[in-house]
Amino acid sequence: MGTIELLMQGFAVALSPESIMFALIGAILGTLIGALPGLGPANGVAILIPLAFSLGLSPTSSLILLTSVYAGAMYGGRISSILLNIPGDEPAMMTCLDGYPMAVKGKAAEALATSAIASFIGSFIATIGLVILAPILAKFALKFGPAEYFALFALAFATLGGITGKNQFKTLIAAALGLMIATVGIDISSGVQRFTYNSLHLFEGIDFLIAIVGLFAISELFFFLEQHAGDGLKQVALNKLKLTAKDILFVLPASLRGALLGFVSGVLPGAGASLGSFVSYTLEKKVSDTGEFGKGDPRGVAAPEAGNNGAASGALVPMLTLGVPGSGTTAVLLAMLISLNVNPGPMLFQQSPDLVWGVIAALFVGNLVLLLLNIPMVGVFVKLLSIPPKYLMPIVTLIASVGIFSITGSAIDLYFMVGFGIMGYVLRKVEIPLVPVILGMLLGPEMEKNLRHALVLSDGDWTVLWSSGLSIGLWVVALAGLILPMVFGKVLRSKMKRSKDSSAA
Amino acid sequence: MLKTMSMKSVLVSGAAALAIAGQAQAFEQSRSAECIAPANPGGGWDFTCRSVGKVLTDLDYIKGNVQTVNMAGAGGGVAFAHTVSKRAKDEALIVAASTATTTRLAQGQFPGMNADQVKWVGTLGADYGVIAVGKDSKYTSLSQMMDALKKDQGSVKFAGGSASGGWDHLKVLITAKEAQVENLPKIRYLAFSGGSEALVQVVGGHVDAFTGDISEVKGFMDSGDLRVLAVLSEERLPEPFDQIPTAMEQGISSVAPNWRGFYVPGEASQDSYDWWVNTVDELYQTQEWKDVMVKNGLMPFKKSGEEFTQFVKNQTLDIQILSKDIGLIR
Repeated sequence: MGTIELLMQGFAVALSPESIMFALIGAILGTLIGALPGLGPANGVAILIPLAFSLGLSPTSSLILLTSVYAGAMYGGRISSILLNIPGDEPAMMTCLDGYPMAVKGKAAEALATSAIASFIGSFIATIGLVILAPILAKFALKFGPAEYFALFALAFATLGGITGKNQFKTLIAAALGLMIATVGIDISSGVQRFTYNSLHLFEGIDFLIAIVGLFAISELFFFLEQHAGDGLKQVALNKLKLTAKDILFVLPASLRGALLGFVSGVLPGAGASLGSFVSYTLEKKVSDTGEFGKGDPRGVAAPEAGNNGAASGALVPMLTLGVPGSGTTAVLLAMLISLNVNPGPMLFQQSPDLVWGVIAALFVGNLVLLLLNIPMVGVFVKLLSIPPKYLMPIVTLIASVGIFSITGSAIDLYFMVGFGIMGYVLRKVEIPLVPVILGMLLGPEMEKNLRHALVLSDGDWTVLWSSGLSIGLWVVALAGLILPMVFGKVLRSKMKRSKDSSAA
Repeated sequence: MLKTMSMKSVLVSGAAALAIAGQAQAFEQSRSAECIAPANPGGGWDFTCRSVGKVLTDLDYIKGNVQTVNMAGAGGGVAFAHTVSKRAKDEALIVAASTATTTRLAQGQFPGMNADQVKWVGTLGADYGVIAVGKDSKYTSLSQMMDALKKDQGSVKFAGGSASGGWDHLKVLITAKEAQVENLPKIRYLAFSGGSEALVQVVGGHVDAFTGDISEVKGFMDSGDLRVLAVLSEERLPEPFDQIPTAMEQGISSVAPNWRGFYVPGEASQDSYDWWVNTVDELYQTQEWKDVMVKNGLMPFKKSGEEFTQFVKNQTLDIQILSKDIGLIR
């Protein structure tokens, strides 16, 4: 069956009333979460995973809900960037540079509308990219043997810090923590229990979802308790929107370029949306700056927004086809799929075409919903920004607890969840990033398994790890991903900071 | 309050005693029942509970509803421990089980627990083991492959979806043992986190052979990417699998059904146990259940009551001996 027919079947799934409802709910919740400063897409999805479980949703519905949250969070991040000069999440950082100056000039509504359109273009083009690339990569994935997978996981770890990562050493600590947690449970290659101390609850290891919800959602609660952050953000008044077709045409090339760049950086494992928006903004500035960038050029809003939304869809490519997440949020989505007994990877396209194509079609639908939500209704989200967290946090905690309990029906898991919450709180206090912990937990066992398999197959010959062209290629990219940030990362970061400072001044 | 409570319970138990004395056969099952699936939603045990629960209520064996409770952990160990320690007398509870359950019991992977602590009700079908190779493999029959293993145990490497020592691994060992291959621990087995992952590696030409269940191979068999060398059943399976030779036909008497069935708590009354055994027996004969089997690729495999209990004992013992042979347990 051709890709188009499969996609059409996907639309049949995505256009069912149930799917549209979940896409809508996901889009609204996602936009809200993205807009709230501090709550990024990974947190958003982590907080809402329990919701999917406590509602007892099917894998397809869960994934539609959560990918819509993911896409929505990418849209939402721009709102507080533009209005308050506080990025809603890390990828929205670059949007502050020109978005806030536009708002200062009294063009906040135009900035929001332009960025919504750019976000739509970014997501739309990247989703088309996903439609084209994913089935090809899924077929290509048969070429991946244990040695190639091992190199691929090494690549994911190597690019973990990424160009925007602040402290490589702390990233390393975080990843190591994740790897350590992952060793608990049965070692499938030998059938031996590791670090389980004869406790049945540890035999299958520690559930990713419990760790994710604890680390992201519960630690958020502790921060809230500590700060007594009872009040919402200040209300911002919006001007009346005056946007013409000419304005849209003006930002179109920037959006298209941003979308493509974003998609490519999203597909690379580990790099993710921050890189997408950064590269898009930088390139756009090089190409079309006439001295207006940083002072409120609409193209400076469009490029990074198209970039980070493009990257968000791009990151789904390696997740769905190879089972290797391209970003922190897709790592969280991957963990959820595994918990629903859906194994991402090349087989997914054969075994669950309904799910894969339904979700891809839902991305198109979700994007359209998001565009419609974000232009006329942006005022509602702006108002929602001022909801005091004292009403939000109890709801988050309730959803998290009910959801985790409903996964296994065991109170012990709730203790684990709180334990991870405390761990997340401590880690965030010492500024150790949380995403590498999750990636370590997810990728560690896979990496170990593939290394051992490769060695069994070669009868203990280590050279098997770099004996094929594919694995050599992956190792080269991994090395580049590790070394380049060390060399250029400093330069880029200082550049980023300088452009942000100058825009703030 | 306390007084009325105890009065009430005296009355109730008195009435119950009367009922039992009066008509021992007519055990009254409670309005609603519970089925524990010892895994997350979406897997085999979850399917067993949900499909059996549906047929039980559709056919009015259970008047109310059969609620499926997912209790993941330790490959069924958490649910087993829960049943033994907290629900020992519950007469309206069934727990889904399969060969994975007996394998873990046999290998002592449910610490301090054994198969005698629960009552084994019966099976409702099975998924038979297969051994398969990629389409470009040099092996065209199971006996050929076993001959190669006899010469060199490391010559064929197997991929399967269970952990080392798990059922997929054991299938290879049972077959090799029956084919008089010596030095079983030297046979190489690669454990993957699921049958489909293992299949991709075999179809992709990275690993020599696949060990798994018949339900897992249909897709790649139809596309011609996979050659199934043998199915580990006593007789050939019904269509569309009737072209696959059994291991028996090739002179290797290896039979490996992955059965789907239930146990009930160990201290549940004999009457309630009999009720479940009869119900499962009847259920198996219904058109409704036959449809479920066809739709989900379950093959005929029926044992219940005393026969099933004996079967579980034997299977546990066999697995124990084999696991000792290969040095997995001492």
